[in-house]
Amino acid sequence: MTEPEQPRDGREDLPEPVVHKRRVGISLIWLVPLVAAIVGASLLVHGWLGQGPSIIVTFQTAEGLEANKTQVKYKNVVIGKVTQIALNHDRSRVRVKIDLEKNAESFATKDTRFWVVRPRVGIGGVSGVDTLFSGAFIGADTGDSADEQDEFKGLETPPPVLHGQPGKRFTLHSGDLGSLDIGSPVYFRRVQVGHVVSHALDESGKGVSLQVFIDAPNDRYVSKSSRFWNASGVDVSLGADGLKLNTQSIATVLAGGVAFQSPNGPHDDTPAEENASFSLFNDQSTAMAPPDGEPRYIRMRFDHPVRGLRADSPVEFLGVNVGKVVSVNLDYDVKTQRFPVIVGAVVYPERLGKAHQKLMAAAVDKGDTDWSQMVGRLVDHGLRAQARSANLLTGQLYIAIDFDPKAKPVTFDPAAKPLELPTTSGDFDKIQEQLASIVDKVQKIPFDTIGKNLDESLKQLSGTLKQVNENLAPEATKTFKQAQQTLGAANNALSDDSPLQQNLGQTLQELQRTARSLRVLTDYLSRHPESLIRGKGKDAPPPAAPATSTNPSQGSKP
Amino acid sequence: MTDVVTARELGVVGCHVCGLVSRAEHVPPGATCPRCHVPLHRRKTNSLARTWALLLAAAVLYLPANLLPIMRTVSLGDVDDNTILTGVIELWRNGSADLAIIVFVASIVVPMTKFIVLGTLLVSAQRKSGWALKQRARFYRLVELVGYWSMLDVFVVALLSALVHFQVLSRVEPKPGVIYFGLVVVLTMLASMSFDPRLIWDRKETDD
Repeated sequence: MTEPEQPRDGREDLPEPVVHKRRVGISLIWLVPLVAAIVGASLLVHGWLGQGPSIIVTFQTAEGLEANKTQVKYKNVVIGKVTQIALNHDRSRVRVKIDLEKNAESFATKDTRFWVVRPRVGIGGVSGVDTLFSGAFIGADTGDSADEQDEFKGLETPPPVLHGQPGKRFTLHSGDLGSLDIGSPVYFRRVQVGHVVSHALDESGKGVSLQVFIDAPNDRYVSKSSRFWNASGVDVSLGADGLKLNTQSIATVLAGGVAFQSPNGPHDDTPAEENASFSLFNDQSTAMAPPDGEPRYIRMRFDHPVRGLRADSPVEFLGVNVGKVVSVNLDYDVKTQRFPVIVGAVVYPERLGKAHQKLMAAAVDKGDTDWSQMVGRLVDHGLRAQARSANLLTGQLYIAIDFDPKAKPVTFDPAAKPLELPTTSGDFDKIQEQLASIVDKVQKIPFDTIGKNLDESLKQLSGTLKQVNENLAPEATKTFKQAQQTLGAANNALSDDSPLQQNLGQTLQELQRTARSLRVLTDYLSRHPESLIRGKGKDAPPPAAPATSTNPSQGSKP
Repeated sequence: MTDVVTARELGVVGCHVCGLVSRAEHVPPGATCPRCHVPLHRRKTNSLARTWALLLAAAVLYLPANLLPIMRTVSLGDVDDNTILTGVIELWRNGSADLAIIVFVASIVVPMTKFIVLGTLLVSAQRKSGWALKQRARFYRLVELVGYWSMLDVFVVALLSALVHFQVLSRVEPKPGVIYFGLVVVLTMLASMSFDPRLIWDRKETDD
């Protein structure tokens, strides 16, 4: 090429560059990749250090879960993330791989529970509304265990009680579940204080055990004598004070619930211990009734049909409900060729309260070893069972245990199991009997003869009346006519202008005058008695003058 | 092209800023333009080392830029973290294939191209290879041209974060990935700027 050293024309006048000494010799540019490397390395280290354990949770369905998106939360704090969702080898469950955060290492231990939080709408309320939009997340709850575990079985429903939640669990026993479910509320004085956390059938299959959780501090209101009852539905009672409608809350009407309360009167107020067992009664009145105590089974044999008696019909002793009928069965008596009805009933003697205590005390005094002996003595006193009509309209019957002083003595077997209580016929049957006897008597009345006699008598009467009509009536008419004439004559005679009347008036006047002259005569005679002999004096005074004079002898008859 | 004389062959040097041509058989470090006092150099100072450094830094940062989420979309409580690739996949799945392609080209293809092209240029320049000189020069111009298009992603995130702020309804938040991605873009641009394309042609001199 051309020589660079060779100067060219016109280049001599070009200025020389000014030369300065470089201050920094090393290129600082290598700091840039260094910084970048440090940043990258720190990110890497941070990511690696922040990486917690990886666990696998199996669920029945991955509904709502999304890899790399669904979060795992504890108390609403994110503790991990779903990184992978796959089916397990037999495709029965979904394996969800979760990368926990470093600080959530303690969640990879044995007792930890995982469940999917989805929106749930129940009658009792709505939960997980926030997940409607944000999508489901996996909830976690710690346990006590420190044993590490990396494979978990996820719960299908949220656990009702979280670990460490203050409160107490109690067990309730019931005949059936009713309308209760997990999450059903538990009320104390209509305040919700807890909820049902689980339910399971008893081993024997004869009942249901429920677990309830009462939140602190209200768990102290559960005392050893507390009564629990099923507050589901509406309690309608018709009492002397009218119709009463009772319910814990509208929610319980639909979703069911449990309520509890301490019984009235003196009771043990010490708070119940954790996991204490209680009975769950069907309603409040049953729950609040005195404790039933040990049930006793009795059997009764009725020789008459007991239509209207069924299982659950009440058994009353002197008007107090002491139990209920459990079975009504027909039996066949070979000897008498009859079909007696065997009624089985369960009675709770302790429902009699004080009476029961005294009876038992008396029984102990008398040296009875068994309840049946006491009953035997009562039977000797006329204790009888009777099927009575509870409702004439529906024909419902109930068993009344009562004393019948007229009862025929029976042999009582105190050793029989179950105890057989003698019976008398029911009051309704008595009425029937009485009615029958009345009907019998009525039937015995000779209505035929009576009718015949009556008929004859009536015929005779009719003949008599005919005679009267034929013979007596014309005569009577005549008589009446004559009487009428007589009366007319009398009437004429007595009229004002009749001569008789006038004559009578004159006669009476005449009689008056006569009486007056007679008085004059008597007056004169009283004053001049001698005139009877001597005759009348010449100067006889006027008759009026002596009438005014007071004479003691006046008026006296000669 | 071999008969084209270079400034070095003529013993002159031009100023990058004011364009003044100075006479210099030899340009020592620290030489400045007599008119505007800007440092003079025949080739960009330390071009290869700087380009290598910047390119390496960009490559290192390209990993977190792609692995870390660049954007968080919160829509009605539905939190969605997206890295560049998941964003592209999501766009594609949602039916916006065109947008997906644009984002993919701008965020993946372009930076990768830059890495490869600049790397190749650097290696070939160091070896003073005479292979495909013209194409290499064209590639360099291409890199210069498309370099800043990679900022598209950064701008999208910045715009969305500023505009989409509807509290509960929807919200877009930038995530750390976007910073790394921005750094990658800036660093690759700087790298391509610090690369002196004249080095491509410097084959002859080394033979001397």
